[in-house]
Amino acid sequence: MPPVTYAEVKEGQEVPVFVRVTDFMHWNRYAAVNDEFVYIHMDDEMGRKVGQKAAFGMGNLQVSYLHNMLRDWIGDDGMIKKFSCQFRSMNFKNDTITAKGKVLKKYEQGGEKLVDLDVWTENQAGQQLCPAKATVALAR
Amino acid sequence: MTQAQPATYITPELKADVGVEHPGQKSYPVAASDIRRWAIAVYWPEKPPRLFWDEEYAKKTRWKGIIAPQEFNPFTWPPVRPANRPSAGGSGKPGSRILNGGVEYEYFAPIRPGDVITSTNKLADLFERQGKMGLMMFKVSQTDWKNQRGELVRTGRMTLIYY
Repeated sequence: MPPVTYAEVKEGQEVPVFVRVTDFMHWNRYAAVNDEFVYIHMDDEMGRKVGQKAAFGMGNLQVSYLHNMLRDWIGDDGMIKKFSCQFRSMNFKNDTITAKGKVLKKYEQGGEKLVDLDVWTENQAGQQLCPAKATVALAR
Repeated sequence: MTQAQPATYITPELKADVGVEHPGQKSYPVAASDIRRWAIAVYWPEKPPRLFWDEEYAKKTRWKGIIAPQEFNPFTWPPVRPANRPSAGGSGKPGSRILNGGVEYEYFAPIRPGDVITSTNKLADLFERQGKMGLMMFKVSQTDWKNQRGELVRTGRMTLIYY
């Protein structure tokens, strides 16, 4: 998929989705690279102890999935400038996590071609896990 | 709510710390393998973009070499854990339970192999609210990262909710 160009971007446009069916194969790898070894991400009993139904994936992995979706869209010469998100719901084992995005506006500022977006991850039930906002700069 | 909760979680010490800048961490030099492994983990099970592991390819991009994914964390695996690292879940007592209320990042210079990243921290904001989980304290921490050339790499704000 070639990177999106500024001329192609339209308000309301949807970003191609990034999808992962997640379990401990994903979470354990993320724990290793982010040095994030926390019982609630490892042990169902500890997940239940904090009021959840089981162990759950890291919020920061949702952040990466949203960055991945944006990178796939803008290409290697684009750049993510700003990103903010909240952690609303948990990612449980075997959930299908879909990162989605919608263009809010595009504008040129300081010599850069910028796009503001609403982005979020949701599970197979359509429940939002990680609602977020992002600004990206396009190469052309 | 079965356990008694205090009228406030904001101690005088916490209040006095608002706005005070503290030195944070200094990373070990970021290795190309750290970047490759990060990329493999966050793109698992698919192959990550070449920009994060193939120097020959990366040279031809605007970055002129491998860079780290922007959400990359250079401060992992210290031999001694920083003391202020909160443990998610807490001890289960009111005020010790922690939720991550959200993060906000702005990115500047990319992180490259060999970079040494230094952080500074400050408590940017502190407030309380009554919510459905009882009294909740919001701690907004600001963490800024610079590289070895003094270039700003990332500014970040994180809200932790104590309840």
